[in-house]
Amino acid sequence: MFTRWQNPLIYSLAFSSGFTIMGIELLGGRILAPFFGSSIHIWGSIITVFMVSLSFGYLLGGKLSTRNASLKRFGIIYLLGGIFILPIALYANEIMQAIFLQTEDSRYGSLMAASALFFLPTVILGMLSPYSVRLLVKNKNESGQVAGILYFVSTLGSALGTIITSFYLVLYLEVNQIIFTFSALLLLLGLIAIAADKIIKNTAMQVKDQEVRHV
Amino acid sequence: MFKPALPTLLLLLLAACSPWPGNAEVVHSERSLYRNIMVEDKGDLRCLRFNVKQNKSNQSCLYKSQPQQLVFNYTKLLFSGLLLNSRPDNILIIGLGGGTMSNTLHQLYPQARIENVEIDPAVIKVAREYFGFFENERVTATDQDGRLFIKRALMKKQQYDWIILDAFNGEYIPEHLLTREFLSEARQLLSDKGVLSANTFSNSGLYAYESATYYDVFGDYFNVRNNKNENRIILTGKQALPDIKTLSQRLPVLDKQLKPFGVDIKEIFANMALASQERDWPQDTRVLTDQYSPANLLNIDK
Repeated sequence: MFTRWQNPLIYSLAFSSGFTIMGIELLGGRILAPFFGSSIHIWGSIITVFMVSLSFGYLLGGKLSTRNASLKRFGIIYLLGGIFILPIALYANEIMQAIFLQTEDSRYGSLMAASALFFLPTVILGMLSPYSVRLLVKNKNESGQVAGILYFVSTLGSALGTIITSFYLVLYLEVNQIIFTFSALLLLLGLIAIAADKIIKNTAMQVKDQEVRHV
Repeated sequence: MFKPALPTLLLLLLAACSPWPGNAEVVHSERSLYRNIMVEDKGDLRCLRFNVKQNKSNQSCLYKSQPQQLVFNYTKLLFSGLLLNSRPDNILIIGLGGGTMSNTLHQLYPQARIENVEIDPAVIKVAREYFGFFENERVTATDQDGRLFIKRALMKKQQYDWIILDAFNGEYIPEHLLTREFLSEARQLLSDKGVLSANTFSNSGLYAYESATYYDVFGDYFNVRNNKNENRIILTGKQALPDIKTLSQRLPVLDKQLKPFGVDIKEIFANMALASQERDWPQDTRVLTDQYSPANLLNIDK
């Protein structure tokens, strides 16, 4: 019974993580510019950090999914993602100021700043993709198709996160307001996942109880 | 009956006076990290262009036979800065173009220290090779982002008597150079008698936002425009602005100094107006900040 909406939930979470990751990556250029400028190497730093973080996130997420994978843990990763993007809004200036004072070369300065700001949250959000595969795949035969749909959904989320942030959000909201919105979205979806996990377990238990009584 | 003919006539006249009559010969073209750079010759006129398609994207022009004569109107307007401070010893120019401004200022003030900051190393190279951009121990060019240069200069406790912001080529605007935070950094970098001149966007949706932001940081400023109203230079300083009478007393000396460069300071002065008197932007215009600076989107959104 629960699988009817469990899978759409997982897909929509994967969509939202793709959306947020690219939204934040796009804001990265704006966030770093006051301290490190807008030379081409700023984007080099940002993209590098996001790619490295994602790759580690995939590795970690895959590893984590081998032990007691559950929708609850999936939701907790989401909550962590929502929490760890907050320092981008709250402490960016202090962090960048410190790095700016230490590092004269804006290439390494921007690389360090991008790492300090984006590494952790992107690793966490990257963990969600392999973890989703674990939750979605029920048998070997469908695994390729599940992965295909998942990539489709999360990459589409990334595309939309990019275009909506750069075309519209920056026109109406401040950078920090956008980050807070993303954070709220992640926290909300994380909580929904955890709640869904509880509901599923309860119904499963009830079903078991009823079966026991019937017997 | 002749009414429709008048605009056509004016257009023709404009075309005849514009720096681009007929075919031009491309002397040099390259694709840099930031843009397409093109140097074109038409007769005596040599121009630097940053885009191939748009005709209005001339960055810097000079007459090869008279490199001293300034070609561009807006470049001439920048000289209004000398009305506020006629002895700039330390000058900072953000955005090099062909380097004509730097060259002219060096001729005017051989003793002044002039620092040019340009994000694109290719532009510096082209300025040197094709526009006679002149460097010595007093005139330098640094390839760096303007915001970064200003932040570092603040750390070194440097001061400038004149900061010229000319970093916008009309197509892509570096959004971090339009914000309240950037302008207050630039303001801190000014000496007590320091003056700031900024080339701005006069014909786009950005006009009001820029006005509101400059007013927020500097208080009152002068709008300096040419007759055709194609450009608007914002002129302001660290101190309160002197009144018109004080300024007009400086005209005769300055006029003599600037004549050889083709700058008619009297005419420029006649078209100067205080922003506080014009108030030509809506009261509730949002100030651009590091948090909110969609300058490129606002520039399209007319």
